[in-house]
Amino acid sequence: MSERGITTEHRALMLEEPLIFEQGAEGRTGVDLPRPQTDDDRLGGVARRGPIGLPGLSEPQVVRHFTRLSQKNYAIDMGLYPLGSCTMKHNPRLNERLARLPGLADIHPLQPESTVQGGLELIDRLAHWLKTLTGMPAVAMSPAAGAHGELCGLMTIRAALEDRGDTRARVLVPESAHGTNPATATLCGYSVSAVPANRNGRIDLAALETALSADVAALMLTNPNTCGLFEDDILAVADAVHTAGAFVYVDGANFNALVGRVRPGDLGADAMHINLHKTFSTPHGGGGPGSGPVVLSEELAPYAPLPWVVHDDAGFRLVEHGDGKELGRMKAFHGQMGMFVRALAYMMSHGADGLRQVADDAVLNANYLLARLSDVLTPAYPGSCMHECLFDDEFLKGTGVTTLDFAKALIDAGYHPMTMYFPLVVQGALLMEPTESESKDSLDRFIETTRALAQRARDGDAAWFHACPQFAPRRRLDETSAARKPVLRWRPPDKDAAA
Amino acid sequence: MSDLRFTKDHEWVRLDGDVAVVGITDYAQEQLGDVVFVELPAVGKTVAQGEETAVVESVKAASEVYAAVGGEVVEINESLGAEPGIVNSDPTGAGWFVKLKVTKRDEFDTLMDKATYDAYLAEIS
Repeated sequence: MSERGITTEHRALMLEEPLIFEQGAEGRTGVDLPRPQTDDDRLGGVARRGPIGLPGLSEPQVVRHFTRLSQKNYAIDMGLYPLGSCTMKHNPRLNERLARLPGLADIHPLQPESTVQGGLELIDRLAHWLKTLTGMPAVAMSPAAGAHGELCGLMTIRAALEDRGDTRARVLVPESAHGTNPATATLCGYSVSAVPANRNGRIDLAALETALSADVAALMLTNPNTCGLFEDDILAVADAVHTAGAFVYVDGANFNALVGRVRPGDLGADAMHINLHKTFSTPHGGGGPGSGPVVLSEELAPYAPLPWVVHDDAGFRLVEHGDGKELGRMKAFHGQMGMFVRALAYMMSHGADGLRQVADDAVLNANYLLARLSDVLTPAYPGSCMHECLFDDEFLKGTGVTTLDFAKALIDAGYHPMTMYFPLVVQGALLMEPTESESKDSLDRFIETTRALAQRARDGDAAWFHACPQFAPRRRLDETSAARKPVLRWRPPDKDAAA
Repeated sequence: MSDLRFTKDHEWVRLDGDVAVVGITDYAQEQLGDVVFVELPAVGKTVAQGEETAVVESVKAASEVYAAVGGEVVEINESLGAEPGIVNSDPTGAGWFVKLKVTKRDEFDTLMDKATYDAYLAEIS
């Protein structure tokens, strides 16, 4: 008998699920494969002799395993997902329907161009939308995700500087930046200097001007920034950077707050990646895959990676060999085609006016949360926000409840927690991004839940918080042991030891 | 311990002759939470005062540790590799990070003493 006195370990519909390897048994299989007709394997003696260790299961066992796992998940399709800095927005079903059309789903990048004219036109059309929405003259479509796009952008900047014979060694990054920014700069061979924020959570212009020198290759700036705030001084910032002979790399992770309202090209951007999985509703989290096209200025465009789509009287074709200035390839083939289909479907189904409303509603929803929670939580900065709202843990001071405890309590209340302890510049940060997907009703429910939790913390119920989550598939996990002594792979039990 | 000096970035330093022992303060470990990884510099490396000399990673965040005084790294605390939790349990003792051979003694004198650091903590928290 188990601890709970139930042999199955299940509790009602909360099913305990062993690893698939633990369920497997030798000799069991879900398929009836024909026996090889000959022993002559033609592998020249390199055929595998031992078992390969795959679990033996029947088809219903496999289906149940993955279905049960999926039921332990929390997803945007189950409820509000307030994870900040991530933009977990609804993935419209129309996108999925179009991405499954055989003419788009079943084509291969090595097919003759004449047989995939529609696919190439789709890439070209999406590129046109991205250039139009950002006000930039060129776009590299192949980067496979945001950080990959950052790398692409910084590599074009490096190439342009080297062409000028102007080798520079440093990249400036605001201290609130996402960790991928300094990581990208480092990977590109630059040293990174942090630029402090002012008391309003924006980049400190005076500090930036001090940090700029003939040694600085670029400033990497997210706008709106990671605190959910629009960089008000962006024009002066871009001017200062350009005057110093450096480039402005914009991290477009939060473009969903601006799309249709502001064109980054007008703000002085030289390069910016666009996370299709954030701004343009392609799936995000749990496998995406991501997609991170990079828009480029006139000066950086010649260095864009291969390939790109052009079109003339003969139709659409891929340019796979440049004039030698370009970066070469950053990815096999032309990019995340499945995501291109979904992103273009999103753009065309919303239209330009609809995309503008997406940004408006995302900002409105975040400000609604901010306004209705400001008296019980403590906003990190004064004033309104853009697409996400940020609180510090001042409201928990003296309660014995931490940001982590608060997040765990939200799980019991039926929500995926907000982003916590990020950005690092804010003490015990709680970062919430509702996105435009949420109705006022659903925001109101979340607000009431959050307010009730804040009240409970103030009432001195710390012990209850420390015991959360009680209704999740697992109770509080030991994060310290998980980080200090991670168990990264399953190993079959040692038969000798068991015997 | 009154012979400790402190930085605004929450490092402490103690002088043994011309060797400075550097670590992070109790306040710093409290703010970080359980430390899970410490990256230490190579012995023989020279760092200037205020330069990054180590990285400390907790369940919440990764933070740089700056050299409270400049000098050459003469010893690193190898035991933090297997047991980073010592930083939490004994931050100003067994949880030290690096020992530096000090070149400019007056850098030590510019740092905060305990009373000044305590007043600084009261001000920021």
